[in-house]
Amino acid sequence: METKRVVFIGVGGQGNLLASRLLGEAALSLNIPAVVSEIHGMAQRGGIVESAVLLGDVTSPIVSNAEADVLIGFEPVETLRALSKCNKDTIVITNTHPLPPFTVSVGQGVYPPVDEIMGLIHAKAGKVIALDGNAMAKEAGNPLSLNMVMLGALIGSGSIPVGAEDMKKTISTTTKKAFLESNLKAFDLGMKSAN
Amino acid sequence: MHKLLTDTPGKEMLLLGNEAIARGALEAGVSFATCYPGTPSSEIPENFFKISQESDLYFEYSTNEKVAMEVGAGAAISGLRTMVTLKHVGLNVAADPLMTLAYTGIKGGMVIINADDPSLFSSQNEQDNRFYARLSSLPMLEPTNVQEMKDMTIAAFDLSEELALPVIIRTTTRLNHIRAAVELGELKPVKAKDTFQKNPFHFVCVPAVSRNLHKLLLEKYDRALEKSENGPHNQIIGDGKWGIVANGVSFNYVRDAVSDLGIGDKVSILKLGFSWPMPKDLCSRFLKHVDKVLVVEELEPVNENDLKAIAQENGIITPIKGKGVSGLSRLFEYDPGLVRQTIAEYFGLDYTAPEMTDLSDLPALPGRPPNLCAGCPHRASYYAVKQVYGPDTIYPTDIGCYTLGLLPPISMADLVICMGSSVSTGCGFSRATDQKVVSFIGDSTFFHSGITGLVNAVHNNHKFTLVILDNGTTAMTGHQPHPGVNTDPMGVELTQISIEELVRGLGVKDIHVVKPFKLKKTIEAVRATMEYDGISVIISKEFCPLFAKATGQFKKTKPFYVNQNKCKNHRDCINLLACPAMFLEGDQVEIDKTLCIGCSVCAQVCPENAILPMKG
Repeated sequence: METKRVVFIGVGGQGNLLASRLLGEAALSLNIPAVVSEIHGMAQRGGIVESAVLLGDVTSPIVSNAEADVLIGFEPVETLRALSKCNKDTIVITNTHPLPPFTVSVGQGVYPPVDEIMGLIHAKAGKVIALDGNAMAKEAGNPLSLNMVMLGALIGSGSIPVGAEDMKKTISTTTKKAFLESNLKAFDLGMKSAN
Repeated sequence: MHKLLTDTPGKEMLLLGNEAIARGALEAGVSFATCYPGTPSSEIPENFFKISQESDLYFEYSTNEKVAMEVGAGAAISGLRTMVTLKHVGLNVAADPLMTLAYTGIKGGMVIINADDPSLFSSQNEQDNRFYARLSSLPMLEPTNVQEMKDMTIAAFDLSEELALPVIIRTTTRLNHIRAAVELGELKPVKAKDTFQKNPFHFVCVPAVSRNLHKLLLEKYDRALEKSENGPHNQIIGDGKWGIVANGVSFNYVRDAVSDLGIGDKVSILKLGFSWPMPKDLCSRFLKHVDKVLVVEELEPVNENDLKAIAQENGIITPIKGKGVSGLSRLFEYDPGLVRQTIAEYFGLDYTAPEMTDLSDLPALPGRPPNLCAGCPHRASYYAVKQVYGPDTIYPTDIGCYTLGLLPPISMADLVICMGSSVSTGCGFSRATDQKVVSFIGDSTFFHSGITGLVNAVHNNHKFTLVILDNGTTAMTGHQPHPGVNTDPMGVELTQISIEELVRGLGVKDIHVVKPFKLKKTIEAVRATMEYDGISVIISKEFCPLFAKATGQFKKTKPFYVNQNKCKNHRDCINLLACPAMFLEGDQVEIDKTLCIGCSVCAQVCPENAILPMKG
């Protein structure tokens, strides 16, 4: 089958490792060969967290620069930074809600206006799906369900061979009961926004 | 039940590389496991720790890697199947027992998991531990994917027992931290006990004994070589005249590149899975078959140099190249694009890499380095010491979360080289200079290898201050216990060792135990050490808030807020502490109440008393 290389980029605590793992689980349930790669360790202390899911006939666990089919950015500046993973055909799905790093607070950097960041992402990427994932997560009843919103947008974009029902089944079997309803709602909101 | 104890042979499960190793050990009937935790190997013992609470597997977090290796040696020599897991620099610590354990050998299979870290995702160096196989003459296996991580673990136990030698499995971070489907096999029962058979003229390594044992080791090495020549782990794939040699994760990059470039019929790949002893005859046959060879291996040109030696011995003049071809460097990990480009270049193929998005005109984006958590007690300890000792004091530090004190605005780290080095380098600095010295070490690192340095400091009359940052856990690698931890809330009853009593027992006279969130008292204690003529130890005791939360020991306190009527915008809070709960709203400092744990340190730093606990 065709290879799909999906890169997840986020900030420690946003849950992108769980999102990539769930995509891997869903692929396994569909007998789609999948490799998920994660980097643990230092990144967990508020740093940048990158993970990747490679689907199909491929055994390399990572995605080189310019070789992502889909980039999912959980934070606008991190999406922009990670555009090095993209080429002109890459689909970029990005959260528009900013999470400025502490370096900005202590005057070691400037967080560009979100409009400017989004303008740059649109100018440089082929296809962009932008959504306020935090607002949707809140609407779904759980601010921590941003990762479900982003997974929903990925499935909604139709860019990978995993359907909504399969993904939801995986979410249902792996989520704690207390969060299941909000997770599924968040997933649906994300999916709709990408349709 | 722990998911790795799922008894459904034939079923596929999505496993992390490290989980696959743990599962492989269970399928091989591992009875005994030890480690000192180290990223990227930490999830293996994390699983053993939980599994040992619901099975007969014995597992311990040992004090350091040398201890872990020796505890494991006792078990393996007695006949139990034993696994020792560590990161690459951990094997430096355990190298002493390992070298001579290779002489004595073992009875029960002993597998050492060694996780290298190319690109230094979470390490102080990127040394290539394939050299340890060469140094010790021990067999080394190198899996290339998650399924092999499980399968080779089982094979390694069998091989180890057959040769009566420890076997090293070498992984890299990428392999430890990828997930893929793994087919489960049958779990083997745990053999909880065996009996040690005395044989002092084999096991007591005095020179007369070891002379014989070295000879025995070389005989075992020859048998290992036979297995490496003829076993399933080394293989030639394809029949073409373009030769590529690959090991570990790079094998995947090579395989995918050959497929992407459509050169499968032109290429032969030599996959080295049982990489030491190097299968000389197989390599020689391969070299004779192909016209030219590219060696793809991360870090050092280990296989490349050995292949060149094999070629020389056999009079083979096939060109062999590796490091220096296109992007193949001794630095950092490789990636699929780099390997594809290199293969195309080396074999003269027309290939255009996908065009990268041009980011040269982006505005400067703010950095996002990792940071101490909101409410991390290390921030308070650093603040207090800095207030008293200022910027000119030398601050040797150590390995753990607190190494992040390197970053501004805390900027309280001047040297770190290895675990425990803060104490001993402090001895050197204080003698060699007239500068003041304050060393920082975490509680787990202190037990690991800080104690001997402190004994040295006391005995040799060194004069400096050691701050032991006691947050009640091994935080950086994921909250493992250590000898100073009360493990009751973690569901295991281990004996807790008091750092204060230990330090007193070592002969330190000037000891201060402080609660770092009480800034005034902490600063007073730090000041007292400045006056003291000798070794002072400050034990700064406060739970890692993440650990406290995870173990139900967190005392909930009200988050703080900035009273904007009182705030005069000095920004001492944000500029001196850089707590991630603080942010700027327009021109004013605000506190994110979902991140603030109420440690109150910023409130104590504020000159206007404008930071207050929230009401209600």
